[in-house]
Parts: sequence; structure tokens; C-alpha cells
Amino acid sequence: MSEKIERDPENYPTGAAQQSQIAKRHRTGSLGRTLFLLATASAVIVLTVLLLTIINQSFGLTAVQSEVPEEVLVQRYNDEQKQSAPDLDSLPKPALVAILQEQISRGLGRRLERDQRFFEDQLVFEDPVLWQEVCASAEPSAGCTLPARSQENVVALVQERVVVPTVVESWFLFDSIFNREEIILEAAEKYPDAELVFRSWMTGEFVASPQSSTPELAGVRTALLGTLWVIAITMIVAFPLGVGAAIYLEEYADQEKWYNRVIQTNINNLAGVPSIIYGMLGLAIFVRALESITSGAAFGVVDAGKTANGRTVLAAGLTLALLILPIIIISSQESIRAVPSSLRKASLGLGATRWQTIWNHVLPNALPGILTGTILSMSRAIGETAPLVVIGASTFITVDPSGPFSKFTVLPIQIFQWTTRPQSVFRNIAAAAIIVLLILLVLLNATAVYMRNRSAKKQGQLS
Amino acid sequence: MTDLVENHNGKYAVETRDMNIYYGAFRAVKDINLQFKARRITALIGPSGCGKSTVLRAFNRMNDLVPTSWLEGEVFFHGKNLYDNDVDPVEVRRRVGMVFQKPNPFPKTIYDNVAWGAKINGYKGDMDILVEQSLRQAALWDEVKDKLGQSGLSLSGGQQQRLCIARTIAVKPEIILMDEPASALDPISTLRIEELIQDLKKDYTIIIVTHNMQQAARSSDFTAFFNMDDDRAGYLVEYSVTNELFTSPQNELTEQYITGRFG
Repeated sequence: MSEKIERDPENYPTGAAQQSQIAKRHRTGSLGRTLFLLATASAVIVLTVLLLTIINQSFGLTAVQSEVPEEVLVQRYNDEQKQSAPDLDSLPKPALVAILQEQISRGLGRRLERDQRFFEDQLVFEDPVLWQEVCASAEPSAGCTLPARSQENVVALVQERVVVPTVVESWFLFDSIFNREEIILEAAEKYPDAELVFRSWMTGEFVASPQSSTPELAGVRTALLGTLWVIAITMIVAFPLGVGAAIYLEEYADQEKWYNRVIQTNINNLAGVPSIIYGMLGLAIFVRALESITSGAAFGVVDAGKTANGRTVLAAGLTLALLILPIIIISSQESIRAVPSSLRKASLGLGATRWQTIWNHVLPNALPGILTGTILSMSRAIGETAPLVVIGASTFITVDPSGPFSKFTVLPIQIFQWTTRPQSVFRNIAAAAIIVLLILLVLLNATAVYMRNRSAKKQGQLS
Repeated sequence: MTDLVENHNGKYAVETRDMNIYYGAFRAVKDINLQFKARRITALIGPSGCGKSTVLRAFNRMNDLVPTSWLEGEVFFHGKNLYDNDVDPVEVRRRVGMVFQKPNPFPKTIYDNVAWGAKINGYKGDMDILVEQSLRQAALWDEVKDKLGQSGLSLSGGQQQRLCIARTIAVKPEIILMDEPASALDPISTLRIEELIQDLKKDYTIIIVTHNMQQAARSSDFTAFFNMDDDRAGYLVEYSVTNELFTSPQNELTEQYITGRFG
């Protein structure tokens, strides 16, 4: 150690050469940094544009034309009764029923009355004798037993059957803000009777209404419930199966054995298989081969009137579970592998069994990572459309799914279906449905992230 | 060697007969014949790669965790070969505890670190008393008694290692194996661990692997020197009372090693 360490002038640069060599290395570094910044910036820009586009389409001015304008009805009532009711909502029930009697056909009125009566003590459209017969028959109408319609209910009926507001044209948000004058002129010229109203397509009513062929009345409830049902089944199946397989492959399987390596390779490849192929698989297995199970016939719970022939929530959930299973397995394996082996040794060294070691030390430490993978795969499953189209998800359905054996549709399919409609108003509600889908995704992810952080905190930081 | 043959109780805590350990086709250690006295400290020393840690892990079947490893010969514990088919490694590991090279407390509270092993092994007594006893025995109680609810990872390295010792003691093993327990610690923590090992000798048989020859000379009663043969298999060169081995080694290799001429 006593000999002096000589610098090697021939092989290492010195002086100015060294300076420039270092400067060059720094330049490479800052070039890389700039590129990464640009990559991040373009991602942010693309996301912002996407969000703005959706918001742009979900709000805006609409030209609403009514068959009988609301003001006309109110004005007529005020003139006749010497009242000064400001709008339809404040009219009394008898006046509203009178409007209905005047404006709608007797046949429609009778149908409405059989659904639910207008008054407890009198019939409006129905013949009393006939009413007695109907109510005494084997299948009495709902109106025989239900209490009478409320005032709000009748207002809604007048809106729906008499006023019939129709959006004849809609404009996007930015247009509505910056070209307001032009739009007003254009609307006045093209639709002299129409009223220009600013409308948010994404409303509570939109979320709560079922699908409809009238865009103003259509909502996403059916699709939203379908998505929730499908994703629930997907997670119930895929999470335990995926984590279980990951535990087996990491903790028990002998990686030296050829068959375990084959399994591992196949799982890795399955994660990259296009989703439409899973749709074919789901169609062949869950919809066709296992129809008696997925339709509920095997359990005797199939709804005779609404049989879905295996194209049910259950078949969709199982198909999506297959689709995300490889992703969950791989990400769980990664996080199980990342648990330091010193922990396993410490546990086994105390006389713990392998299972006690896995349950008490490996899994709690791997859980945050496992949940991260699960969040990602759940987001993917929610957005998946192609395999569900293949297994025959309904594109138009107004009945809410009531269980695993129901027909269903999901939000992405609903959105796709709306965007293909010719009427421009459907594009507005498609955008609103996208907002619902995004909010749902954010909510589910936030829940999962919260659970992950809580488990990470509970477990403490590994050092 | 005479001192080794006679034993106060006429019984050894652990004894190996013609023990060979393989990793796949590779023989890691060969023909080990060793007897360990109860309630004594035995140090295993030797150059890197000579298989002393492998020998140590043979006593609580930790080598089983390496799927390719297998053992030839016998390891007797209470007159029973640990590698007989009817021996459950889970039971072996409870009765032969282990402290590892790097402190590896569980990412749990200090209390749970000590209590967990006892709990899974079906301890029925008062857990608070057991935790306190174990931490006292590991000379850690005074430092942690006010923060038993904090994470074991919040302690310093030396404290973490004593926590690991407390955790091992809590399941009441008969033998404690230590694999270079102080090599990742600073000199003061090392000294504390050495003192602790001396205290534990009253109740436990201790087998310790160490790279530090001063440590072996200071703290052990017996020392076994291993070396690596030309076929890279470790073998036992000399086994003797520590004082004798360090002052008058019988084997030339031993002398070279303890005087620092190789290894």
C-alpha cells in the first residue's frame, strides 16, 4: 500500500480533455432529461385534450321544441281560472288531469289509469263497469291496488305526453360560450318555436334513468348496474384465484420442474393475448357449453320471460375474470417475490409452518403490491368492450340486471352504441356516459388505493 | 481432544456422524464428525466458502429451504437422527433456534416480534411476562420497555439483533444457532452481543459461526476450524478447546489461519 498510485496519462484523459469528456457526459444527461420531460408533457397534454373533449360534448346549449309549449298550457289555465301560476309545476292536480283529458287519446288515458289511478275516488278515462270487471278478474291491473298518482307524477305525465320537449339541435360547450350570439341567431332562424336552453347532459337524472330510445330521456342506470354486477363477479372470481395461483407458483412450486416452467411461460403469454380472443373463449365455454349454469337453469332460477341463454352477467364476469387472471397472477408473483427472504427464514426459524409464514409474513408484506396489480386489472376489466360484445351483451336493454343470471349491458358498450346513432344528441349523452364511466373508475380506484395505503401503513415500511 | 470426549452429563447437545451436505451434485461439506457440549459456546471458524454456515444450518434443517440440498450421514439430537423421515422440521426449528447474520425483525411491533413465535407454537402462559422475560434475557428490556408498540424496524441495528435473539429465546429452544450475528454491527453493538452470548450460556447450548477470530477466542469455549479442500468441499481441520486451538494449534493450516497468513 506504500507505493504511490500513478495516474495513467495514456489511458485516461487529463486536463482539458477530461473537462470536455465530463461536459459531454453531462450533455447526454440533460438531453435525456429533456426527452423525459417532453414525454411527460405530451402525456399531460393528451389527457387534458381528452378530458376537455368529453366535457365539451357533455354540456352546451340546446334548442328545445315542444309540441304544446308549457307557457301556452299555463297561460290558458291562468286565463280560465283567473290565476297567476308561474309554471306547470304549480298547477293543481285536477287542472293537470284536465289538460291530459283534453290533449291525449282516450285509449292512452285508459292505459295510464290502469297503471295508476289519477284520483282515489273517481275515474277519469275508464268506464266504471269495465273497471270493476278488470279489478275483479284473475289478473287485476296495478291501478286497482296502487294509491293515486301524486301531483308531481301528473306534471311529469303532462311533460311527457302533452308538452313533449324535443331537443332539435344541440351545440357543444365551447361553441355555446364563445359563439353564443351566432347560435342564438341560427336557432331563431331555423327553429322559430324552439327555446334555447343551456343543458348539462350529465345529471343525476341521467345516472338514475334507464336506457331509452329518446336521447333526452335516456340514462345509464341499466349500464351502470350492469358494469357493477359484472365487475363484482370478475373480482370475486379473479382475485382469490389469481393470488392463490401466485402463492402456489412462488412459494410451493419447484421452478426447476419443466411443467412449472411451462405453466409460468403460458401465464406470461396469456397476459398478452388480445381480449377479443377471451371473448371467443367465453362464448364457447360460458355461454354455450356451460349454458345451463350461466343461465341459471341448473339452479332453477332462470326467469322464464327474460331468458338470456347464457348471455348473462355471470358469463361476462367469468370471461373478464379469465382476461385479467394472468395480470393478477403476474403482479402478485412479483410482489410476493419482492418480500425479503430473510423474513421467511426468520419465521421458519422460529418453528412456523410454511403456511403460517405465508399467511403472517409473506402475504401482508406483498399485499400493497398485489392490490396495485388488482387495481390496474380492475380498471382494464371495466373498460373492456370487445369480449363482452362477442359473448352477446345486450346493446339495447331497459331492464336493470337483478342478479348473476340477468341479461346486461355495460357502460363501454352503451357508449359505443350511442356514438353509432345518427342523431347528434346521442353524442352528447355518450360523452356524459363517458364521464359517468370515468367517475366510476376513479371511485373504484380510489377505494382500492385507500385499502392499499392502509395495508402498507399497517405493515410498516420494510427497510 | 480428550476434553471433548468426556462430558459432564455424558451426553452431547448435538452430534454429527459422517455428515456430508450436497447442493445438487456439488458436495459442500464432507465427512463432518462433531460433538457439541450442552451449555457451552462452540465457535465455527474458517475461510469464506468453507461451508461453516452450511454445517450450522444442518442443525435446524434450514438447508431444506434450498430445494437442491440433501444430506448424507446423521445428525443426532437427543439420540434421534434429525434427518430421519419421521422428523418434522417445524419441531426441530422450535427446539433449535437461529439468529441470522443480518438483523431481520418482522415489520411488526417490538412486542409482536417476541410474542409471535410463542403464539404460533401454542404458548399458553402469560404473554406479557414471556415478552418481558425474553427481552430482559436479551438485555433489551430497559431500552424498549416504554415503546413495545413501536415497529421493530425503528430500533438500531444492534438493538434489532438483540430483538431477534429475544424472539428466538421466547420459544424456549434448547440450542441457539448464530450465523455471524455481529458481522453487520458496529464494534460497540458487537461487544454487547458478545456479552449477551456469555449470559445466555447458562441456559442454552450456543453454536456460533464467526469470521472474527478475536470474537471466537474471546467468547467461545470450543472452536472448530474448517477449511476448503481442493474439490471445494469444506472439511473439519481441527476441533479443540478454544484456548488450546488458539495457543497451540495441532494442525499447520490452523496455525496459518489464526495468525492471519491465509483466509
